Amino acid sequence: MSALPAAAEQALETFSQPISWEQRARLLMAWGEQLEPLTDDERSEPNRVDGCESLVWLVGHFSEGHWQFRASGDARLIRGLLALLLVRVNGLPADELSTLDLAAWFSQLGLARHLSPSRTNGLQAVLTRMRELTLNAPR
Amino acid sequence: MPILSPWRSDFPALAALAADSQTYLDSAATSQKPQAMLDALLGYYRAGAANVHRAQHLPGERATRAFEEARGKIARWLNAASHDEIIFTRGATEALNLLAYGLEEHFHAGDEIVISALEHHANLLPWQQLAQRRDLALIVLPVTTSGQVDLVAAKHLIGPRTRLLAVSQLSNVLGTWQPLSELLALANTHGAITVVDGAQGVVHGRHDMQQLGCDFYVCSSHKLYGPDGVGVLYGRAATLQRVLPWQFGGEMLLQTDYYTAKFRPAPLGFEAGTPAVSAVIALGATLDYLASLDGAAVLAHEAALHAELLAGLGARPGVRVLGAPQTALASFVVEDVHSADLAHLLTEQGIAVRAGHHCAMPLLRGLGLPGAIRVSLGLYNDSGDLQRFFAALDHALEILG
Ligand SMILES: Cc1ncc(COP(=O)(O)O)c(C=O)c1O
Repeated sequence: MSALPAAAEQALETFSQPISWEQRARLLMAWGEQLEPLTDDERSEPNRVDGCESLVWLVGHFSEGHWQFRASGDARLIRGLLALLLVRVNGLPADELSTLDLAAWFSQLGLARHLSPSRTNGLQAVLTRMRELTLNAPR
Repeated sequence: MPILSPWRSDFPALAALAADSQTYLDSAATSQKPQAMLDALLGYYRAGAANVHRAQHLPGERATRAFEEARGKIARWLNAASHDEIIFTRGATEALNLLAYGLEEHFHAGDEIVISALEHHANLLPWQQLAQRRDLALIVLPVTTSGQVDLVAAKHLIGPRTRLLAVSQLSNVLGTWQPLSELLALANTHGAITVVDGAQGVVHGRHDMQQLGCDFYVCSSHKLYGPDGVGVLYGRAATLQRVLPWQFGGEMLLQTDYYTAKFRPAPLGFEAGTPAVSAVIALGATLDYLASLDGAAVLAHEAALHAELLAGLGARPGVRVLGAPQTALASFVVEDVHSADLAHLLTEQGIAVRAGHHCAMPLLRGLGLPGAIRVSLGLYNDSGDLQRFFAALDHALEILG
């Protein structure tokens, strides 16, 4: 297992501190604002992730054995969650991504509740889509 | 003057939720339960469980008697002409599916089924699928901006080809009472079967089936302060005879050989398999509890609290309430704020409200909204609950501002 990507290291440092729900929410929104925007073409129906209360799009590129994802959404807090997901997965070799425990990642950040089955915010649906993309990719 | 609920302490969950810092404002999804219901549930199991309608032994006799007494209590609650008009299902959804399958024989290609634009998926999908199976036309009655079925349009759309009308009594999204007497009269003129989705309506006030005059009325116990896993289908005796059994097995038959069977009439002919015995008995206890309250006082309390909810929402700039809610609930959106973000921040503050499409996707799409937040009230809510909600709402909007 390679070391955490630098941005993930930084996210972990920020979010694992004892902070109030309000600070956490503000931080999430700030992280969301750093998401690289998707083009109109990328915000297409096939890239849209079903099962989200808000609109979420996910695109993934596989090259030279590594995955690179980009994502966006129309709600602000989900954008923050997406940003925290991307910093953890981007640049990973395919085999490492396939065994990565993303629920544990969000737990470490104090955001495990956003993955609970009763949540319809779509983070779970995004993880499922990511898994589908990586499983179907040519090796 | 803050409004207090004299019944709050009858519901132990309210104190438990408060200890968890949760403010429960989602009773239209499901309600909390009175102690009387919890006692009945535990009491039944403690005294000895037994199956109903099939055992000659004492526990079986006792369970069957309590089960049938509960049927009688529901018949009285709804003022049905007879307790044989009360069928137990697993919920309102199953009751509507029972009808859509059990009445299927009476529909032929080109016939029309009429519903409204504000139906819950439970009162849309069974008819939509029946229409597909039998090549019928599904007619959707439009809704006015205040949130009632448009009667002018209904006069044109309900006609001689209408075989069935299925509408809700109280909208689970808009909190509006529907003009049932006019709609039922229109349907009756054309000899159509009438189905009322009372899942929300039954919780607020008493409704008299003989006065209402519909053929079928459905509701769920869990919204009416009863246990989950039980629904009620009221069917007027004459129309019930036109319904065929849809699930088979257990004690719903009179006799069978390997190749043919003869089925029981209603209600048992529609209750195949072991029913939710404990839950039915506990629903009976809930109705006893509700019957012991001053109904007018409950309604007045709910109305005062609802007015407070609407006033608070109305006082906040940017807040847009959907339709003109009359009872028990209100759905709203806030200008330039995504309701998913708002829901997230209300959840963080321990406010239990519903966010999303409320199982009425086409209605919200028609309003051009991806979702909305719904605040809904039970008889145990009080001004303190609303104050906590409004404080959390203001705080959330400040963070999102
Ligand atoms: C108007 C309406 N109809 C039907 C239902 C379905 O009830 P159940 O899920 O208990 O079957 C609901 C529940 O949300 C409702 O609000």
